[in-house]
Amino acid sequence: MSNEAILHEHQTGAHDAGHAHEHHHHETFITKYVFSQDHKMIAKQFLITGIIWAIIGGLFSVLFRLQLGYPESTFPWLEDFLGNWAKGGKLDPDFYYALVTMHGTILVFFVLTAGLSGTFSNFLIPLQVGARDMASPFLNMLSYWFFFAASIVMMASLFVQTGPASGGWTIYPPLSALGEASSGSKIGMDLWLISMSLFIINALLGGLNYITTVLNMRTKGMSMTRMPLTMWAFFFTAVLGVLSFPVLLSGCILLLFDRNLGTSFYLSDIVINGKILPNEGGSAILFQHLFWFLGHPEVYIIILPAMGIASEVMSVNSRKPIFGYMAMVGSLFAIAALSFLVWAHHMFVTGLNPFLGSFFVLLTLLIAVPSAIKVFNWLTTLWRGNIRFTPGMLFAIGFVSMFISGGLTGIFLGNSALDIHLHDTYFIVAHFHIVMGVAGMFGMFAGLYHWYPKMYGRYMNNTLAYIHFWVTLIGSYLIFWPMHYEGLAGMPRRYYEFSGWESFNMFGGLNQFISFVSIIVFAAQLLFVFNFFYSIFKGRKVTELNPWGAASLEWSTPIRPGHGNWPGEIPEVHRWAYDYGKDGRDFIPQTEPVGEDESKH
Amino acid sequence: MELIMTEQRKKIHPHKFTLWIAIGSITMMFAGLTSAYIIKRNQPNWLEFDLPVIFWYSTAAIIASSVTLWLAGRYFRESDMAKYRRMLVITFFLGILFVTLQVIGFIQLWNLGITLTKNVSVSFLYPIVGLHAIHVIGGIIALMIMFLKAFSRRQKIYSAVPIEMMSTYWHFVDLLWIYLLFFLMMIR
Repeated sequence: MSNEAILHEHQTGAHDAGHAHEHHHHETFITKYVFSQDHKMIAKQFLITGIIWAIIGGLFSVLFRLQLGYPESTFPWLEDFLGNWAKGGKLDPDFYYALVTMHGTILVFFVLTAGLSGTFSNFLIPLQVGARDMASPFLNMLSYWFFFAASIVMMASLFVQTGPASGGWTIYPPLSALGEASSGSKIGMDLWLISMSLFIINALLGGLNYITTVLNMRTKGMSMTRMPLTMWAFFFTAVLGVLSFPVLLSGCILLLFDRNLGTSFYLSDIVINGKILPNEGGSAILFQHLFWFLGHPEVYIIILPAMGIASEVMSVNSRKPIFGYMAMVGSLFAIAALSFLVWAHHMFVTGLNPFLGSFFVLLTLLIAVPSAIKVFNWLTTLWRGNIRFTPGMLFAIGFVSMFISGGLTGIFLGNSALDIHLHDTYFIVAHFHIVMGVAGMFGMFAGLYHWYPKMYGRYMNNTLAYIHFWVTLIGSYLIFWPMHYEGLAGMPRRYYEFSGWESFNMFGGLNQFISFVSIIVFAAQLLFVFNFFYSIFKGRKVTELNPWGAASLEWSTPIRPGHGNWPGEIPEVHRWAYDYGKDGRDFIPQTEPVGEDESKH
Repeated sequence: MELIMTEQRKKIHPHKFTLWIAIGSITMMFAGLTSAYIIKRNQPNWLEFDLPVIFWYSTAAIIASSVTLWLAGRYFRESDMAKYRRMLVITFFLGILFVTLQVIGFIQLWNLGITLTKNVSVSFLYPIVGLHAIHVIGGIIALMIMFLKAFSRRQKIYSAVPIEMMSTYWHFVDLLWIYLLFFLMMIR
């Protein structure tokens, strides 16, 4: 069955792409911008919802950094803003935990999962494999609206009287299972679980579509090995999501049972406020197994799309084919496969059998191999390239820098012996923020700056983009590098203040410095947000079909493609996506047939 | 649009393919639950109890419904619409019968004092069987939509894709139930 026929099953908006302009009248505002089934519009919906969440999540980190950097000071404006949560201008300890929890949840799930792979998988998959739309545009629309519902519930939890969930983004029971345990474990926790269940449905519906579209809807001639690396990355990401999110859903459902129906899946032998609870026979470790079986693939769900985007942007802007295409695909596969076998490295200090632990150490350290292959290939792609330092390219290079710095500390943390000292310190905070958080954001920015012309038919402002890049790159290192020292000294994460510890008093000035830089970096992100929204309406218009001179298929569509992407027939593909600097030509698009005298790869 | 038809050689309809991946995903959820169950079983205070006999009747009901839905698919291909509709209706009611029998089974357990919070081994039974029932109810709703479409005079259906997807999903929840039943019986 062809793509066209699928589109026609769902008539809304799927007009004849060949006469897009004549048929615009039966596309209302609602079907075009709200309940759209066009993958490009859904991608923008994911993106803008993600940006809103990123601002909220980032702001939360600034708020708790104020407490960490300036524990003695009071900020009276905080009371105007947060009311009872900041009496006298000082954050309430309970609310501090809520902020940390929400910062993690929002950034990991709502921004770097939905905002990153939701945006770019939706936008790029049909454009780069040559399809009119996703395999099921309707499920795709549903996927966004489940994300929207999850967002509404999570947002609502910020406004309940007892506050949002505050047991950390990993919501370990028994803390999260008992309402008496903390104010954040009351209704806020239920809302968190409901919101995450909706979010999981969104991730599953999206993932099903991405996999099917990549495997089934490629245009003629687009074999799997002719796909750009972004496609491979999004494909593996979707596979990871589809296999691991259901397990988290099981874990969340059991937790909901424990919270509301009195079961004891995770609870046993608990005394709270002098009262002995009847729960018996449960195990809190069980939740950690279920959680981290998702949780570890989840960090690759975040980083694989960023890897794919960086590979593509880097090759285009180095004017060189990506180095070691098959090695890149193979290492993506190796990372995806290994990610299911390492979850217990999050649990080294939970009383896990040390013998079992050593297997997880081995498997964890094995991930260094495909990661190193990827880094090597990125560097060799840059090597002697004809580099154009566009904002997208800068962020792609920044991504590689972050991935190296953060990846190296991963080797420390993968050792179960070192983990005894380093777990739950600022060392791990520094590690995962650099390798997953900042690197993921850099991948997202690289993709945004690179494909913005395709998304909105306009460019973003370059000067603002360069300021954004340099402040973010330098700022991120200044924020997270010092945290390694704090962590090596044993400073624990998630603590409200450290003034009670003689040994951590020496870090007072350093904490102040980190907080100060994080405010500046947050301000630089607002600059990006301004640039993004301003450029949608006022940016410089794109006048050429292929502004970056890229070989992949998405640039063969009109500047502002309608629903259906190509006005005529879907182009046929004759070569891979990386023919740059070949036979004396700058680049050869994928749609061009292989010439008779052309050299072979 | 007729001019734009591309000759893409598709081995499998994309919607069917999506369903297969969804089935993989649902399987992962039950794999998570049943492996949690296995881990818990090795801990002390594990209570053994017999499953209600009525679960055997519900098993018979869902197997019968799979057979009727398979027949419905056959009649659809033979364009015997009257028989096709009859089989859809029978499948629909067998599905409802299955869910009802499951609920009765749980009421019986409850009356025997084997309640949700009695012991972790019992606690597991409720979400596992409950989630399966929710998936069956999802199938019943899909059946109802197909059933309404089959009786609608305005719409003429020629595509066999919906009925084929319906039976794939239905056979899946059927097999899933048989797996769960044997799992719960064997591993106690």
